[in-house]
Amino acid sequence: MNLNNETAKTLKRDFPIFKNNPGLVYLDNAATSQRPKQVIRAISNFYEKENANPGRSTHRLAEKSMEAFNEARKTIAKFIGANPEEVVFTKNATESLNLLSYTILPLVKSGKNEILLTEMEHHSNLVPWQQLAKRQGFKLKFVKIKPDFTLDYDDLKQKLTNKTAIFAFTYISNVLGTVNDVRFLTRLAKQKRAITIIDAAQAVQHLKVDIKEIGCDFLVFSSHKMLGPTGIGILYGRKELLEKLRPFNFGGGMIKRVSWHDSEFKNTMEKFEAGTQNIGEAIAFAEAVKYIEKIGIENIQKCEKELTAYALKKLKEVPGIRIYNPGEQKSSSLVSFSLSGIHPHDIAELLNKEKIAIRAGHQCAMPLMERLKVQGGVCRASFSFYNTFEDIDKLTKVLKDIQQRFK
Amino acid sequence: MATQKHEPIPEDMYKEHILELYKSPSNFGTLKNPNHEATEYNSVCGDEVTVQLYVKDGIVKDIKFSGSGCVISIVASSLLTEKIKGQKVSDVKILKGEEVLKLLKIKLNPARVKCALLSLDAVKGALK
Repeated sequence: MNLNNETAKTLKRDFPIFKNNPGLVYLDNAATSQRPKQVIRAISNFYEKENANPGRSTHRLAEKSMEAFNEARKTIAKFIGANPEEVVFTKNATESLNLLSYTILPLVKSGKNEILLTEMEHHSNLVPWQQLAKRQGFKLKFVKIKPDFTLDYDDLKQKLTNKTAIFAFTYISNVLGTVNDVRFLTRLAKQKRAITIIDAAQAVQHLKVDIKEIGCDFLVFSSHKMLGPTGIGILYGRKELLEKLRPFNFGGGMIKRVSWHDSEFKNTMEKFEAGTQNIGEAIAFAEAVKYIEKIGIENIQKCEKELTAYALKKLKEVPGIRIYNPGEQKSSSLVSFSLSGIHPHDIAELLNKEKIAIRAGHQCAMPLMERLKVQGGVCRASFSFYNTFEDIDKLTKVLKDIQQRFK
Repeated sequence: MATQKHEPIPEDMYKEHILELYKSPSNFGTLKNPNHEATEYNSVCGDEVTVQLYVKDGIVKDIKFSGSGCVISIVASSLLTEKIKGQKVSDVKILKGEEVLKLLKIKLNPARVKCALLSLDAVKGALK
């Protein structure tokens, strides 16, 4: 399917939120995307027709739901080029990273005591590692950002050393939109035998992610940012690594055998999935993947690139605007900005009155805000394939009006 | 595109008296000899406001605030500091949030109430 401004309008009809909120200009897709009716229906369909607890009971419905749950995992695994047993269901990307931060020590090679992150991490890929560093007495380092809002690879080469135990980095910055060269970063980390962990929460819905091509050890993402339901996400881990980790949660569904004083656990992904899983959501998550595949991720990427280029061009027309973005060639589909002398929350509030939804504030990246020297944070407009040029025109026009009012 | 007037922005929260005060707030700055001081943060946006007071004989003789904030937080700080300058510390300590909201004479969205009360929290913290 070749996407353009007209097909965007057709696809928008798949998303009931727009019917129920006439005139809504939704530019907060990096916070959470909207869901198509196919995904919403998959949830109600499961609970209305197939609901049962998979993997425990043996009646017809339980078997059916087990089959659907397994199928969902297969669909999602295939989407990133992984095997199903390498894909763990979690609550979201944040939980996946927390799970790793609590279980990863058996993989840390002796003599290594440093964790390397980048200055463009979301709190979810910063705080868990910061806390692990505190618990273990590890040193925490951050790869710097250059003035053009991309990673400073020279700084990286200095900070990535034989002491680096873990290198955790984002695929795409949720503030700057910068797309990192994750294959290159992974390759450098491997040379130093560091564990590589990629936060792909802002990536999977915008470009083709293939874990075999990247070669990373772990990669995490959330369903709700890619048209799927909330409350479910993925931890991908290479099979031989997942096998070496201890379980994080204990309980039903993850054990082979339990006696009063000892237990044996299942291997690979199942040992991390204690308790009844988010079955309906997993099935709907797979439906979201199918929806994306139907349109084609390459088509989505192309269409969103055009939107971003258009937004960068139009927003520059607003007097007093400052844009925090590496430019369309290096950026994913979001643009952060500020208007001189106007607080981001005031901008968001006034845009909201015109039914334009953006994100304003520190964007869950407070240290980065300090680095960018912005007080009160920035505004972020983030796009999806169902956005149109008209959405961006409206944003630009209202920003000009706001600028005028504050003169 | 020229910045001509398009359809006006509906502006409950951004009335003229509010915007004027935002552009030139009262008591903005720092004191030379404060004997009470506190900073409060708004974790939603990372805003901070520092309030300095000079208290003598149980009276707020002088007060200033500084920091960065949205229209609501700056204007509320301005109105609050005006109100409590010259007041008894014992009265300031029991000042209620609703009274600060009343000073603004506008209807706030729930999300912005915290912005309006940031400086009151700082004042109370300083006088603890």
